[in-house]
Amino acid sequence: MQPQSHRFKQNVSVALQDVQLQKALERVQEGFVDKRAAVVSTLPEFEQLREQGKAIRNHVLDNLDFYLQRFESQVQARGGQVHWAENAQQARDIVRDICKRVGAKMVIKGKSMISEEIALNDALEADGLDVVESDLGEYILQLAQEPPSHIIAPAIHKTKAQISELFYHAHQKLGYTRKLDTVPDLVNEAREVLRSRYLEADVGITGANFLVAETGSNIIVTNEGNGDLSCTLPRVHIVTASIDKVVPTLDDASALLRLLARSATGQEITSYTTFSSGPKRAGDPDGPDEYHVVLLDNGRTEMLAGAFRDMLRCIRCGACMNHCPVYGVIGGHSYGWVYPGPMGSVLTPNFLGLDEAGDLANACTMNGHCASVCPVKIPLPDLLREHRRRQFERKLQPRFARFALAAWATIVRRPRHYQPLMSMGIRILNRLGRGKGRFKSLPMLGAWTQTRDLPAPQTQTFQSLWKKQRGDER
Amino acid sequence: MNKARIGLFVTCLVDLYRPSVAFAAIKLLEDAGYQVEVPEAQTCCGQPAFNSGDFGNTREIARQVIDAFADFDYVVGASGSCIGTIRAHYPDLFENDPAWLAKARDLSAKTYELTSFLTDIASIDTVESSFRGEVTYHDSCSGLRELGVKQQPRKLLDSIDGVSVNEMQHSETCCGFGGTFCVKFPEISTRLASDKVDNICDSRAPVLLGGDLGCLLNISGRLQRLDKPVRVFHVAEVLADMADGAAIGEGED
Repeated sequence: MQPQSHRFKQNVSVALQDVQLQKALERVQEGFVDKRAAVVSTLPEFEQLREQGKAIRNHVLDNLDFYLQRFESQVQARGGQVHWAENAQQARDIVRDICKRVGAKMVIKGKSMISEEIALNDALEADGLDVVESDLGEYILQLAQEPPSHIIAPAIHKTKAQISELFYHAHQKLGYTRKLDTVPDLVNEAREVLRSRYLEADVGITGANFLVAETGSNIIVTNEGNGDLSCTLPRVHIVTASIDKVVPTLDDASALLRLLARSATGQEITSYTTFSSGPKRAGDPDGPDEYHVVLLDNGRTEMLAGAFRDMLRCIRCGACMNHCPVYGVIGGHSYGWVYPGPMGSVLTPNFLGLDEAGDLANACTMNGHCASVCPVKIPLPDLLREHRRRQFERKLQPRFARFALAAWATIVRRPRHYQPLMSMGIRILNRLGRGKGRFKSLPMLGAWTQTRDLPAPQTQTFQSLWKKQRGDER
Repeated sequence: MNKARIGLFVTCLVDLYRPSVAFAAIKLLEDAGYQVEVPEAQTCCGQPAFNSGDFGNTREIARQVIDAFADFDYVVGASGSCIGTIRAHYPDLFENDPAWLAKARDLSAKTYELTSFLTDIASIDTVESSFRGEVTYHDSCSGLRELGVKQQPRKLLDSIDGVSVNEMQHSETCCGFGGTFCVKFPEISTRLASDKVDNICDSRAPVLLGGDLGCLLNISGRLQRLDKPVRVFHVAEVLADMADGAAIGEGED
């Protein structure tokens, strides 16, 4: 998708006024935050599990080359093929070439954020392929021609009424003419429409939650079972994954799965946990003839070597955005690219640069809620601050903000000048404001006073009062 | 026995906006048996520079704070976010400077948020105050998540006869202040403040308390703009029985 992160502020203004979006976002609290809290409270060792998850992911990052090669050799040993893609273009081309070679006409897809990152659907459709998303949320968005707004609940921004409307229009030509108003009815209709598509599809493309080096397996978790169908029914299965998805062993994967389900949806385990480890073997009742894994770097090796390494621990649970007060009121589309919320605000500037996505790093109150729920303890606020440090060094912040900061720092670093200066300023402000106790507007401070009163200083500065009091006592 | 000496970290907002919070902190600490001093060479902890990515100036300001408070047994301040900066972040600033790293760690280890110091270190469990009524409490983010300040202020408030805390919904959710965030992204900030105001009003308590003046200025500013009658004080003012004057944003008229 064309990045819109540079329009962040405009996106925010629109989002805050969007009544439907605001209604839809109310579900985040109950659907994710409350459920996670409930399930975490029943697992006393959850904090230890977070430490374990962090250690597993750090170990992987310390030995990434080793585990990736081991993963590749295990996939090959089971008759599959691993393809290495340095960037989005290469990844797209690898998938397109496979589709062309096998004469594919139709592709069914499980949910994959990497496929969003590389804008795969557009590329395949440009080749004349019929691409169908099978994850319910992604299917809804395909009908609406919108990108996801959440990494695990891509259509969280849509209300039931909007979805009903979409289905009503899209499914009429298939013979479904009733407007539906309950969730089960909507799910059933989508299921019926999609069922035949699995059987028609030549190629199934899925993402990866974990790649297991020990066995060459790809693990995906879903609550709809669409992942199973997407990877077993078509003749060819292609996994699109980034290189950071690898874990050493099945034991490691199961520890991380315990963290993932709880952190993401507040479940102890997702409804379906699907392992695929290669093409159909002799005697297998089903499975694809060909099995491919496309491993995408797209700047991750560079992150591994730098200050954003911790970000690569991410297991894509979405807890950071579910708990982010900013995400909770502006929704995922405001961030303007594939990854929203705190994790997106760290990742997007890494992928697209600070010129495109610099606002994202600043649109955070540093409240720390994201880091406190992150299953692998990524210090998200610190990483956002690191982006700000780079912005400061490259002088990317607005000129007025830089000037104000420099002027402030100059005074703050000189207590002997600071105190008389502040004392004078505060006396004036106090005199102006003490009647009402607050200001309705003040020059230069419109960003505050447009929507908030600004309390007036109570009296003089504490330092001058204290000095006076000490003097009197002596 | 010599009393332990505390250096009061006033914080810039208390210095400029609400000296009564510092006087309240001094009273509480002196009542707890400590000798309190206020080093003159303090201005700000450097957080605005730090969160704006200006690590150079942050380091200079941090050195100033470290020097000013080096000789005290403890450093105490009535703000979770300023104390969080000193405790949780100063050492990180000097990762490559062993001499200053050691000093920063020393300071970090002896620096406490006021209510946390009173309960966790001074083992105070009751305070005397003539304040009466129902209050609700906003948990400021840095105090809560960087310092684990949650039960401490409530424990002290519960010790005052006739004060009860009506918990609001989502007391741990950010009020939208966020330092410079509130003027960089005023629309988001205002929306978060409005949500906070709704939760405060739903609690039915006529008074909002909190431990961080930045958040309280933001929330009171939004409460007053929306003509809500809720009065806002720093928790230290209530604990020290110094909440009989004008609340934040209230005037003489």
